[in-house]
Amino acid sequence: MIQVKMTVNGKEKSGEVEGRTLLASFLRDTLGLTGTHVGCDTGQCGACTVHVDGVAVKSCNMLAAEADGASVDTIEGQAAPDGTLNAIQQAFQDHHGLQCGFCTPGMVMSAAALLKDNPRPSEAEIRFHLSGNICRCTGYHNIVKAIMAASGQDVSAIAAE
Amino acid sequence: MPKDSGIGASDKRREDVRFLTGTGNYTDDINMAGQAYVHFLRSDVAHGRINGIDTAAAEAMPGVVRIFTGADFEAVGGIPCGWQVTDRHGNPMQEPRHPVLAHGKVRHVGDPIAAVVAETLAQARDAAEAIKLDIEDLPAVVDMKAALEDGAPKVHDDLTSNLCYDWGFVEDNKDAVDQAIRSAAHVTTLDLVNNRLIANPMEPRVAIGAFDRASGESTLYTTSQNPHVIRLLMGAFVLGIPEHKLRVVSPDVGGGFGSKIFHYAEEAFCTFAAKAINRPVKWTATRSEAFMSDAHGRDHVTRIELALDGDNNFTAIRTETLANMGAYLSTFAPSVPTYLHGTLMAGCYKTPNIYVNVKAVFTNTVPVDAYRGAGRPEASYQLERVIDKAARELGVDPIALRRQNFITEFPYATPVAVEYDTGDYNATMDTLEKIADFGGFAARRAASEKAGKLRGLGINCYIEACGIAPSSLVGQLGARAGLYESATVRVNATGGLVVMTGSHSHGQGHETTFPQVIAEMIGIDAGMVEIVHGDTSKVPMGLGTYGSRSLAVGGSAMVRATEKIIAKAKKIAAHLMEASDADIELKDGAFSVAGTDKSVAWGDVCLAAYVPHNYPLEELEPGLEETAFYDPSNFTYPAGAYACEVEVDPETGQVTIERFCAADDFGNVVNPMIVDGQVHGGIGQGIGQALLEACAYDEDGQLLSASYMDYAMPRAGDVPFYKVDHSSSTPCTHNPLGVKGCGEAGAIGSPPAVVNAVIDALQSGGSKVTHIDMPLSPSRVWAAMQA
Ligand code: FES
Ligand code: FES
Repeated sequence: MIQVKMTVNGKEKSGEVEGRTLLASFLRDTLGLTGTHVGCDTGQCGACTVHVDGVAVKSCNMLAAEADGASVDTIEGQAAPDGTLNAIQQAFQDHHGLQCGFCTPGMVMSAAALLKDNPRPSEAEIRFHLSGNICRCTGYHNIVKAIMAASGQDVSAIAAE
Repeated sequence: MPKDSGIGASDKRREDVRFLTGTGNYTDDINMAGQAYVHFLRSDVAHGRINGIDTAAAEAMPGVVRIFTGADFEAVGGIPCGWQVTDRHGNPMQEPRHPVLAHGKVRHVGDPIAAVVAETLAQARDAAEAIKLDIEDLPAVVDMKAALEDGAPKVHDDLTSNLCYDWGFVEDNKDAVDQAIRSAAHVTTLDLVNNRLIANPMEPRVAIGAFDRASGESTLYTTSQNPHVIRLLMGAFVLGIPEHKLRVVSPDVGGGFGSKIFHYAEEAFCTFAAKAINRPVKWTATRSEAFMSDAHGRDHVTRIELALDGDNNFTAIRTETLANMGAYLSTFAPSVPTYLHGTLMAGCYKTPNIYVNVKAVFTNTVPVDAYRGAGRPEASYQLERVIDKAARELGVDPIALRRQNFITEFPYATPVAVEYDTGDYNATMDTLEKIADFGGFAARRAASEKAGKLRGLGINCYIEACGIAPSSLVGQLGARAGLYESATVRVNATGGLVVMTGSHSHGQGHETTFPQVIAEMIGIDAGMVEIVHGDTSKVPMGLGTYGSRSLAVGGSAMVRATEKIIAKAKKIAAHLMEASDADIELKDGAFSVAGTDKSVAWGDVCLAAYVPHNYPLEELEPGLEETAFYDPSNFTYPAGAYACEVEVDPETGQVTIERFCAADDFGNVVNPMIVDGQVHGGIGQGIGQALLEACAYDEDGQLLSASYMDYAMPRAGDVPFYKVDHSSSTPCTHNPLGVKGCGEAGAIGSPPAVVNAVIDALQSGGSKVTHIDMPLSPSRVWAAMQA
């Protein structure tokens, strides 16, 4: 067993893991942060997306031991401490960017990474950026729209909501 | 005018807050004290005889608690099938036994052979690798035609053949249909495949079994669309647990699309094993396991013939379909190609003679059952493809040909045993013509051509039967369950309400929409209403959510229960105001006496019901809680017109969806935002079926598409923004809300529109191609263009 330590959503966390333990499983099973979801076993769906040292990472594709000493942000740390949703989360609610909610944490984390690098992405840039995040419920319409809205763009002209 | 509260308002979803903050409660998020983990060792061959399972080395591995095999389940029942189809000759379908763990033979890749329960999941997986299997390979049947040939290997040795049933619908129509086709002025024939799909909700299935020795109660947490149905099927038919000793909970569920309706072996296993080892047992499917154990969808091979008279009126439709059942009968599998498909073959058209023949076939593949639309996409696809082909053969406009044959008078009894209560297909087509800007198509095509691309426009007019279903009707058709829904409405002393509904939300937003209905009925804020669902210990009874039935059936039950509440509350109000209850009116959350200024607030009446100091106790019990069961008198018939515009790159065969428009008639709409979202999602899946998705087996029965590396899921870049409109609405005539259901429409309406558009594009470039089977991958399109 290996001892790992990381800063998760701003708090120091530590735990014992096997060499093969994935970061996704450390977050979910050891730390109880079950907002990070696991939707596949081939690194394709993006439900497990978190930020490691500010970079979007599929946590099913990284060993917990690799994240030793890193700063990790998950969906649980996105809203304000009083529960107020951040701009992306709020836009997802306002524009019905989620249905079953299973892909949602990964979508929000992936969108956050995009907007950090590209504060006003075009529709095509958003769609391209989301190629590693699968949603089976929404047909993507309202996810793309929500991300455009979260970046301050006028979405009123986009076909019926 | 959009409303800002109640029925017709786009209330933001209250469930979103927990999903957006990572605080949802999905089944895999649940962990129980002392739980063990199970890993299933699954067959890697499609067909084989189990000559031996040696678990000795595996049992000695670290952390192993117990290893189960088929022998442990000899005394328990098999996984039951909930629907019995009667064949053309009046005989019951062939119904094989479906053991919890394979016994004697394995019959598909993924069939569970042994289950290792261990302290950790990693230990369970490690130990499974140490199990020594002696499996003798048998020749597999994968192709349906080959499976029906004389001498084909049999999936089930104790059945007479691989034919589950040979079904004719309506058998008495057959001669008239044959005659009409012989004497037709024109007959268009089309052979097509409705490609096998995998539902792929993003949350894989999970089951946790637990047993309490003190009470003797078993609990199953499971990712189900219908926990009460699982309680009944598993309790009564598999494990022999009476319903009062079995609790089934399905908390937040990450999508279903049909694949989470069915009772699965893993649920029975975890419940059984928890009792056997007296510890909770947890199973979480990997995605690869989901591909080989979730029921698959579609997989029909069909020949359809459409006969027309000299004036282009449809005179007859005849279809012959092979429908894949897979290796075992999943819960509702037999109903999908029959009663959910044959009954819809009239579509939106007044064709007097229709005959549907379906042969359901066992093969060495994963069981096939309902997937979003279930039978209705298959019906719509055949019909709308053959109509397009006929229009081309006759040189007439495909929209005009459809309009000419539309049913225009309602109610309309089809020759395939259902009665459409209401609809206006010309109106939805009018809406479509407007939103899709058909007038601008020629210019858009010219622009595409200038850029070296081909552009096509494809239309589809679908109809579906939703709000499943009248129990008396489905009982005659072979259902082994009723299909009503129940709701209990509990009013608290301080005026808030809790609704316990048998409907289950796995993305549909019931926690938001159901309160909107009650808020409208009583005139209170929707925030005063809470919805409870997904737990058999809290909700008295339920049949669950599938077939776009939640609002039409579950919502109707809730309305009936709320009407009983209001009737009783009026009596209490009448007593408080010393008036006759016939004179009491309820508006904006207050009861008043007609023609006076006397009034009493909703909250005061609720308080009086629970603090009955001034109360008509001789006539009325205290308290305010009512239950209703609602059994619909008919299906509902949502319908719509869809248009797709594609561009095809003639160099590569690559298809891109340029525009997609949907005009639907869902009857009344409670939350337009959510309805639009349901249509978007359905269209996304339909585009997936048309262009991308294919569940593929090789001839030995190996599943070639068993991960997202091989099974092409639609991604954000594969689809456009959609334009959807549900303003042309003819409310359902037989349920109290006038609603029809919207969950499946998109998945039914979109594949034919996409394929029609691609054929249109190719023909515009001079190609003679009349059909390409889905998915329309670049290689298939390119190959068709070369022919
Ligand atoms: S779970 Fe990480 S990509 Fe699917
Ligand atoms: S909201 Fe269900 S998978 Fe995206």
